[in-house]
Amino acid sequence: MNRAHLYGLAGALTAIGLALFLYKLFVFGFPLWPEARTDVWRVEVQIRFEADGGPVKAELFLPVRTEPFIVVDQGFVSPGYGVTTERERGAGMRAVYSIQDAKGPQTIYYRAVVQHGRESTVMERDPRPPASPPEFKDDAERVAVQSIVSASAKQAADPATLVALLVKRLREARPGDEAAFLLGRQPTQTRLVNTAVTLLRAAGVPAREVNGLVLAPERRHARFQHWIEYYAAGRWQSYIPSDPTVEARRYILSWWRGPGAFIRLTGGTVLEHTITTSRSFEHAIRSALNRQKELEKRLVEFSLFGLPLQAQSLFRTILVVPVGILLLVVLRNVVGVKTFGTFMPVLIALAFRQTGLLWGCLFFSVVVALGLAVRFYLERLKLLLVPRLACVVIVVILLLAMLTVLSFKLGFDRGLSIGLFPIVILTMTIERMTVVWEERGGGEALQQAAGSVAVGALCYLVMRVPVVEHLAFVFPELLLVVLAGTLLLGRYSGYRLTELYRFRVLAR
Amino acid sequence: MMSWRDTAARLRRNGVLGINWRNAEYTLPYNARDRYPLVDDKVLTKELAMRAGVAVPELYGVIEIQRQVRELPGILEKRRDFVVKPARGSQGDGIVVVTGRSRALYRCADGSLLDAHEMAFHVSNILSGIYSLGGQNDKAIIEYRVSFDPVFEAITYRGVPDVRIIVFLGVPVMAMVRLPTRLSGGKANLHQGAIGTGVDMATGTTLTAVWRTSIVSDHPDTGNPVSGVQIPRWDTLLELGARSWELTGLGYQGIDIVLDRDKGPMILELNARPGLAIQIANRAGLETRLAAVLRHRGELNTVAERVAFAKERFAAQPN
Repeated sequence: MNRAHLYGLAGALTAIGLALFLYKLFVFGFPLWPEARTDVWRVEVQIRFEADGGPVKAELFLPVRTEPFIVVDQGFVSPGYGVTTERERGAGMRAVYSIQDAKGPQTIYYRAVVQHGRESTVMERDPRPPASPPEFKDDAERVAVQSIVSASAKQAADPATLVALLVKRLREARPGDEAAFLLGRQPTQTRLVNTAVTLLRAAGVPAREVNGLVLAPERRHARFQHWIEYYAAGRWQSYIPSDPTVEARRYILSWWRGPGAFIRLTGGTVLEHTITTSRSFEHAIRSALNRQKELEKRLVEFSLFGLPLQAQSLFRTILVVPVGILLLVVLRNVVGVKTFGTFMPVLIALAFRQTGLLWGCLFFSVVVALGLAVRFYLERLKLLLVPRLACVVIVVILLLAMLTVLSFKLGFDRGLSIGLFPIVILTMTIERMTVVWEERGGGEALQQAAGSVAVGALCYLVMRVPVVEHLAFVFPELLLVVLAGTLLLGRYSGYRLTELYRFRVLAR
Repeated sequence: MMSWRDTAARLRRNGVLGINWRNAEYTLPYNARDRYPLVDDKVLTKELAMRAGVAVPELYGVIEIQRQVRELPGILEKRRDFVVKPARGSQGDGIVVVTGRSRALYRCADGSLLDAHEMAFHVSNILSGIYSLGGQNDKAIIEYRVSFDPVFEAITYRGVPDVRIIVFLGVPVMAMVRLPTRLSGGKANLHQGAIGTGVDMATGTTLTAVWRTSIVSDHPDTGNPVSGVQIPRWDTLLELGARSWELTGLGYQGIDIVLDRDKGPMILELNARPGLAIQIANRAGLETRLAAVLRHRGELNTVAERVAFAKERFAAQPN
């Protein structure tokens, strides 16, 4: 009876999941495969601020409708606020959100859908801007600028090479030389761009600073980048100092020009702004939606696509977790791999998503080994369990900070991608490992650690398959099928693969 | 080389029990969750056993809270030798075996000496959970020191040899003797390197032994043969096993028995999830035996019936 119940439940879940899946696939026309290239991107800016109580005016820049992207749709979500747009000469478009009276935390949104513009076949020319030689603060600055410009201009064949040479010269500034003097004490990216623009203008090439985004497929916290636009061959061209490749230039979305700040707020204090970008299924989904009747449209609105982008990209990660868990159940109960805890390997897999596999494994082993060494030292002090684990966690956090600084200084950028989440997972792993070490000895602990990392790596590899991610997000009902499979595995009572080896002497 | 499918088929034919099968068919249906604390806490186990008249090492005293540590000298006063151990400890951690006194000092089994202050400190540590899993607060047990029966002396490297019996619905189904080795550090846990020898359920003589994953016939440290040793008072052991079902209500359990030179077999510990390596030591599958017990469930009511059933059905098969 019990079994019939289970099979019935699993069958029903599978049927419901598959029915919904097939309905959405064939009737709604949702795409089965992640599209290799969609040129539709969604960008969302969220600004949170604290209003003082009284009139509030928030001005923020909007993306410029220019190559290679064009804004095809935009929206301003701001309950109670009036929104107007105005053009600011030489900088770009501004949206002005205003309200008579507001107090306490406020959130305003700006959303845009941008698309790769069609490659224009006719080379239209931008009007040549008037040359605008820079103004200098003092003679020292003028001398320094002229010295660099004259040296570089001799080597440069055209404005494009001149830009590259000037940026290279600034990059390789040595303490005490002209370039270092111009960059000042804090040579940030912005400062470098500003100085390069000044140099270009001094060389007679019209130039300006641009602020914008380099669009990445999935970015929960995108940041504004700064780059140079210079006029050459009848057009404005872009040069991105941080990534001067042609490929990067295909994904830039310019936002505003000049050194101005992104947000100007009166009547409040800006707390934070977050920018989310994602390559979107908008195109395929929207064309699917256009064919729907009113009721079906509502259904889709109530699906994950109705969520704000930040939540969507979070769910893209969360929804693949069940797939990893199913794999974990198979590896534990059918294969018999020993791992820490129940879901630790899936958490490790999630950490790998942020760090990458190789780097993640390396970091994991180093930190866990050092953490264990500390634990063995603490063993001699005969501390009680909870304070001892707490000590291990504190030391692990210090170790992580040290390793991150070290790897950054050695030029491994990946070290910086250790976020809060992997740190928590690492410390939890060490805690589990020490407990197992205490309970069942070192051999067992090492075996379980190796098993956990191996299973974590496998889960990671499965969870990052684009098709898996796509299916889980667009058709979350398929997770019912995953649930059904997990239920059935709950009654698997055959031998584990490792037991075949363990009991081999009994297989006479 | 056999294919894995072939291996699985042979194992099934030999009635070898896998961990999934054990969990799904035996521990889950026959072991109620609310009975687990009875075996996890050695004080509860001991109280149960004493109430039922089952032989356990005599309990001299329990210290549950820090304030009671002051009563320790009173408890220890009359005793020359005793054992102090944590109620929820595992793997023999935190156990102090006192073999005698030398003026005001306690002499331990490993030759070290403790004064009253150090003994109180050790008990305080036990109470604060230093040896218990997960660091929960614990109790300290002071009990009778077992003087081991010399029967296993030739095949034990230090430590405490014990007899593990798997009991299903009150029927002792399989047994093994666990012999500490140098590798296991005097502990009787198979995965720490102790030897496990199978036992003929009919006669109580030891069979072949498993060490790590291989079959051995001699003790690796003493070189003496481990098979053919007669366990004294085997019937009493079987009876202890059979009665442990009524004691805890756990349908499927493992009981660990030590042999005292003077007082005979005593239950040391009970286990609600006994391991499966016992099958390798006995070179026999548990599933066949467990299924036989299930088939004859109705006829096995008294302890005597269950012991007789075990002796008749689970005698060693000559290989």
